[in-house]
This record gives sequence, C-alpha cells and structure tokens, in this order.
Amino acid sequence: MKNFLKVAVFSLLIIFLFAGFANFGVPRIEPAPPPTEEKVDLSSLTMDQFLVLGEKIYKGKGTCTLCHNALGGRAPLLEKAAAVSAARLNNSRYKGEATDIESYLVESMIKPSAFVVAGFGKKGTNDAVSPMPDVSTGSIGLNEVELAAVTAYLQDLSGVEVTVKIPKDAGDSAEEEEEEQRKPYETVEDILSEVGCGACHKVGEDEGEQGPNLTKIGATRSATHIRKSILDPNAELSKGFEKDLMPKDYGTQLYASELEMLVDYLAKLK
Amino acid sequence: MKLKNENRWGLKVVDVAFLALIFFLTPIIISGNFSGEFFNIAAQAAEQAAEPAAEGGDAEKATSLYGPAPKTTLASYPTVKGVNSRIVIWLVAQLHLWFAAFVLAVPIFVFIIEAIGMRTRDRRYDNMAYEFIKVSITAYSLTAILGGLLLFSLVLFYPDLWSYLATIFKDSMFWYAVLFFAESACLYLYYYGWHWLQGGDRKWVHLTIGLLLNAVGTMLMFLANSWLTFMMSPEGVNAAGVFAGDIWPAIQNHLWNPINLHRVVANVAFGGSIVGAYAAFKFLSSSRAEDRAHYDWMGYTANFIAISALLPLPFAGYYLTTEIYAFSQQMGITLMGGIFAWLFIIQAVLIGALFLSANYYLWCCMGRSDGAVRYYKYIKYIAIVIVAAFLVWFTPHTLVLTNEELKALGGPYHKYIGPFGIMPAKNTAVNLMILATFVSFLFYRRANKVATVSWVNAGNAAQVALFVTGVINIFILGVYYGYFTNTVYKIAASIPQVCTTLVIIVISILIDSFMYKNAKEVAPLKWGRVPERSQYALFLLAVSFTWLMGLMGYIRSGIRQHWHVVDIMRDNSADAFTPTMGFAANVVSIGAIIFLSMVIFVFWLSQISANKTEPQNYWAPEAVDKMASTRGKG
Repeated sequence: MKNFLKVAVFSLLIIFLFAGFANFGVPRIEPAPPPTEEKVDLSSLTMDQFLVLGEKIYKGKGTCTLCHNALGGRAPLLEKAAAVSAARLNNSRYKGEATDIESYLVESMIKPSAFVVAGFGKKGTNDAVSPMPDVSTGSIGLNEVELAAVTAYLQDLSGVEVTVKIPKDAGDSAEEEEEEQRKPYETVEDILSEVGCGACHKVGEDEGEQGPNLTKIGATRSATHIRKSILDPNAELSKGFEKDLMPKDYGTQLYASELEMLVDYLAKLK
Repeated sequence: MKLKNENRWGLKVVDVAFLALIFFLTPIIISGNFSGEFFNIAAQAAEQAAEPAAEGGDAEKATSLYGPAPKTTLASYPTVKGVNSRIVIWLVAQLHLWFAAFVLAVPIFVFIIEAIGMRTRDRRYDNMAYEFIKVSITAYSLTAILGGLLLFSLVLFYPDLWSYLATIFKDSMFWYAVLFFAESACLYLYYYGWHWLQGGDRKWVHLTIGLLLNAVGTMLMFLANSWLTFMMSPEGVNAAGVFAGDIWPAIQNHLWNPINLHRVVANVAFGGSIVGAYAAFKFLSSSRAEDRAHYDWMGYTANFIAISALLPLPFAGYYLTTEIYAFSQQMGITLMGGIFAWLFIIQAVLIGALFLSANYYLWCCMGRSDGAVRYYKYIKYIAIVIVAAFLVWFTPHTLVLTNEELKALGGPYHKYIGPFGIMPAKNTAVNLMILATFVSFLFYRRANKVATVSWVNAGNAAQVALFVTGVINIFILGVYYGYFTNTVYKIAASIPQVCTTLVIIVISILIDSFMYKNAKEVAPLKWGRVPERSQYALFLLAVSFTWLMGLMGYIRSGIRQHWHVVDIMRDNSADAFTPTMGFAANVVSIGAIIFLSMVIFVFWLSQISANKTEPQNYWAPEAVDKMASTRGKG
C-alpha cells in the first residue's frame, strides 16, 4: 500500500506539473471564434471604406497573410501583385483566361494554378500546380463582394489604379439565398426547434440553462418587452446573465409573422 | 491433439505465408494498387442504380443516390442537462484510444518475445510474453466498452455527423464489426491456449494465432483511422460532400497512411511504457530477490521496446506533418504557426521528459554490472547534450507579442536564441538527442563485457569516426537548410538528417555486434540490483507518454477547427470554437488520471487472478466427500 501511494502521488505530481506548465508556462491565448460573413451596406459604402473592408478580409477571414508574409516565405509577397499582373498575363506559363489586372487578381484567388510564381508550386509539379486553395469555397469561402474588396485592396496596395466597382448587391452565398427562399415556419414548435431557443433557454420540452427560464415568462414580462428582448437582447438583461450571450440577428432570421407568433406564445406562458 | 512431425514444416510454411501476407499485402494496400473491390459493394450498387438514369441522359440524377453533407444548426445537436457533449466525446474517444493503443501494441511485442523464446529455447521469454498478454487481456474488454460508449455518445450528441459518416463508411463499419469478433476469438485463443499449445508443433500453432491476432488488430485500427482521417482530409466526395459511391478513395484519403504509420509506431512505444510501469510497480512491491530480478528484467525489456519505438517516432511525426502541409498549407500553418504552435512547446517539454527519463533509467541500470564503472565518466557529457538539445527544441519560433514586447525584443525573434526556434534547428536537436540516447544504450550494452577480437581499437575508432562525421553532417545540413535557403526548403534538411542518424545507428550496431560476438563477460549483470529511484523513471515515462498522447490527440482533432469534416461539413454546435490551451491541458489531465486509474485497476485484476484463498470451515466437508465418492463410483 505504501508503494502504491508513493507511485500514485508521484504520477499525480507529474500530471499536475504538465498541466501547470500548459496553464501558466505558456502565454494565455484566446483562439479566435469561427469566421462569420460580415453584413455590408453596399448602398452607402465609399471606395475608402471598401478598401478598408478589403484589407480587413485580406488579414482576417481570407487568411491571406498566413502564407503571403515576409516571415514565412511560403507564398509570394503581394505588395506588387497588381503591378506585375500585366507581365504575368503575357508569360508563356500563364494558363488562365483573364484579360486585365482586375480579372487576373480575381482569377488568382479562385483558380490559383492559372499562374504559379516560380518556386512556389506544389512539390513535384514543377510549379504547375499551386498549393493555394480556391478562396471562394471551403473554409475560407469568400463571396463576390469580399473577392472584389480584396482585389481592390491589392490594386491599391500596389499603387495602381483601382478599377474595381463597388458591387450593387451583396452577392449572397448560395446558403444565404437558400435561407432567404425558405418557407415560413407554420407552428411555434417549428420556430423553437429550428431557431434552437431550447439550446439556451428552458422552454417547451427543452431544458437549456445558459439563458433565462422562459416557462413562465409571460407572468413577469409583457409582449412588448419580450419582442424587444428578442430583437435587441442586450437592451435589458435579466439578472445573473451576461451580455452578448444571445445572438442579435433574430430580427433578420425570423419573418415578422414568425416573430409575432413567438412573442404571442411566450407572452401566454404564465 | 498432437500433430505429426511431418506437419511441422507445413505449419512453418503457413507462418511464413502469413508473414508474407502482412508484409507484402499491407504495402500494396497502402500504395493504392489494391482495387478496393472488397469495400466496393456500395460503388457497384451506385453504378447499377445509375445506369438507367445515365441512359436516360440525366447524369446528374445518377449521383443523387447520396445527399450533400448535412447543414447543421444549433438545434441539430441534442443536449443533456448538465452535460457538455464535446467534453464527453473528447474524454471517451481519448480513453478508448489509450486502451486501444495499449491492447494493439502489446500483442505486437508479445509475438516477437514469444518468437525469441522459441528461437533461443529460453523459457523466461515465454513466461514474460505470457505475463505481458495477461496484463492486456482485461484492458481488451475495457477497450470494447469504451468503443461502445463512444458510438453511443456520437449517435446521441452528434447524430448528423454520425449519420453522414455512416452513409459513406457503412461497408467498412460492417467489416469492422466482423473483424472485431475475429480479433476477440484470436486474442482469447492466444491467451487461454498459451499453456495448452506448448512445445513442437503446438507452439507453432500458437505463434500463428499470435500473428493472426496482430494482423486482424492492425486491420481494425487502419479501418478506424480511415474514418477520422476522412474528417481531416476528405476524399471520395464532392465539394458539397456528396459521396461518389466508391468507398476506397474515402478510406485511402490523403492522411490515412501517415496516421497509420504514426499510430503503429506510437502504440508500440506507449504499450511498452505502460507494461514498463507495471513491471516497476511489481518490482517495488516484491520482497523476494528472484521476483525483483524477474520484474527488473521485465521492466528493462519493456523500456527497451518503448525506447526502440520512441526513436523513430519523431520521423513518423515529420512525415505526418509534411503530408498535412501537402494536403492543406492552411491546415499546416494552423498546426505549426497558429494557435497550436504553443502546444508544440508543451510537447517539447514532454519529449524532453521522455528522453531524460529513458536515459536516466539506462544510467541507473548500468549499476547491474560492476564493469559499467568504465563508462560513468561519459554520462555527464551525454546529459549535457540531451539538455542542450532539449533547450533548442523548447525554443519557440514566432512569438505572439504585444507592441511593447515587440519593441523591447527588437523584432518578432529574440536576438540570440531566436535562430534556435526554426524547424531545422529543432530537427538537428532531436537527431542529437536520439544519438545521445543510443550512446547510453551502447554503454549499457558493453557494461559487463570486454571485447576479445583483435581489431577492438580499429572498431572503436571506426565507431567514433562514424559518430563524429555523422554529427558534423547533421549540423551542416541543419545550418545550411535552416539559414541559407528559402523557407519552403527548410524542412528538406530533415530527411538527410534522419538518414544520417539511422546510418550511424545501424552501422554502429553492426560493428558492435561483430566486435562483442564472443566477448568475455567480466562482470555479469545482476538483475534486481538497481536503485528504486530507477523504477520511478519508468513511471515518469508511462505518465509522460499518456499525457503526450492525449495532447497530440487534441491537436490532431483540433486542427479541423470549426469543421466536423474539413471544408465539407461545418460544426455549428455551441462548442464550435477552439478552446484555450489551458482548458485543453486540463481535459487531457483529467483523462490521463482516469486512464491511469483504470490501468491500475487492470493491473490489480491481473494480480488477484493469481491469488487463491482457502477459507477455514467455510465449505461443508460432507459435500466434498460426497463428490469424491461419486467420482470413485464413476
């Protein structure tokens, strides 16, 4: 028994040391949340704001700087990307269909193998295939507006004329279009299950705990108050619950008829 | 049952044929020359169903047998009050993996030890192999229970993901279940038939069952690996996740082989370390000299197995990482240069602990022979090399800094130690660490002997020359590729460096084998004559391996980030974010404590199974007499 205790204490000590080092020996970093698509009001956007948006996507959601940076050297630097585009189009190795700088830059993002800068091709392909993914799909998934913004930013970065026009519509992704065309939910149960209210709230048959209990919400809150809380959750917080826990976009996710159906249902829970 | 003598050769042929099957068929499968017919039932069905549609000119409909990957919302993830589904899946999967690694690894080296026993006719090897398999037998049922629990957890908490994976892998999942029965049959026959199948042809039959057990176990692991690597590097589906109908590309996805190789090697290292801890505990608990000698020998053998597998493990890791980069640079950079980069600093601490404990154990073990005193003076130099190499591996590359820190440091890298942060410097360090460990082993091996061949001096000089030129070569490769070439070529140093290390080890073993072939034993090894603190090095090894495996399991899974299946099926659950390193380390620690507690339970079970209690005045004596008289009548 004595040996067992000695070994157990020794083993626990090692585990605590490793855990301690991981907790306090290396910097505490909060990983970034999953990327989301930004809602942009294109009607009032100036070109300067559009360029700022392009830079933000270039350094953020687009993850361009992961490879295109001076430290890593995994991909060519893009400070002069637009300036050298004309020469690339005339290069014998160019396999794309672009006709000008703007279309070349867009093409380089969605068909990166159309022209691969010497030394940066996939291993064993003799610079015929680029290791870069199509940024309009997969985990990056830039939409048309975002691609246009990055293109404009790259033109501006190279000091050439920005030829990109700010798109008039938002260029929604297929997913969003699908979402917009959906049929309205017919019952309040559909709304609760599809929107996922029960994941955080105790309501109906669900037992969520992250948000306030809604089983008798109508007894203490008016319909107006409930509506306001759905549309602007941070406006008036229930005691003991933190800010920003509830998504703020239910006003755009739900049709007006659905919102009213939900408010009516909750107001009657007494 | 007694087989005739003439059948013995037949059995040997069967064994050789099995070996050929394992060693030749596996590479063929791995290289992709295997047509996949075995798993192709779904593809054929898809083709048959597609024919009429294609004839009708509607090719699109032909592929619509399978739908796109599910698009989930928060509501798609069932919750259970007070339970965090991610932590449940995380812990259950990791526990299953720990036990599975252990029960898959033990039969590999039990088979080898049994074969050595048969070749040398030294019964001690057979007894030790039996004790090893005895330890793993209870762990086997725990592995199965945890596997079932993992399945339930997936179905319960991630039904859409499970449904999607089952749609694609249903055939291989069916064969997995069949193989699981086959493995159980082989394992129970191998264990319970150990004493029955002894001597002559019977021993060959037993060894063949052991071989079959390993073949089936390895196949099982490869199948399960294909499901998890599909989630990392999906193939056989289109961009929307629609399955093309042929399961083989989905199985043989980009990261399948690298993970297969890495897991086989790592499992052996891990299994060796756990059995080493068992032997260490038995050593500490034994009071009889012969028991201590036995468990000292068992611990040494287990440690030898663990370290033999640990030495090539970094190379398997580099291969895996290279293939991750080849599949997706973005994933590779997330792994090595993003949030997960710091985890590799924690990994460096663990690897340092592993190498230091392995070497410390060897140095303590040199005390078994009085002849080892000749080599004590070199130990401090080996220790210096290992610590220096560890510090280089420990040096971070790109630091996440605030502006003030950046200004104080004068850039993203430290002026003096910054250059040690890059991969070629770390490659150089790990190769030196491996060579230093090998030198420790050479000294231990020579401790009790004096070479008698006439060319001793020349042989020693050749070995020194080999080490010196090899180390210089490793340095030059590291410096040239690390500091005088483009980043994309920096990793290129690793392959020639690895080759250099392997050449040094292989040639050195060859020279040593010939030089010490008929060596004079000047100070025999006295098994059991080791300090008790040496056994704690074995515990450190086992705990470090367990924790390291948990950490690397988290990294492997974590680099998928907010994707269930990378770029195909997005994770929209409440936990679709990367946790902080501290949180991950805490979950890994809790898992390691649970696992080690369960392992202690398994060890205890194997111990009590050998105990027999004869209670006084408990059983009615007349019942015993009655039985005896009945027997007499019969």
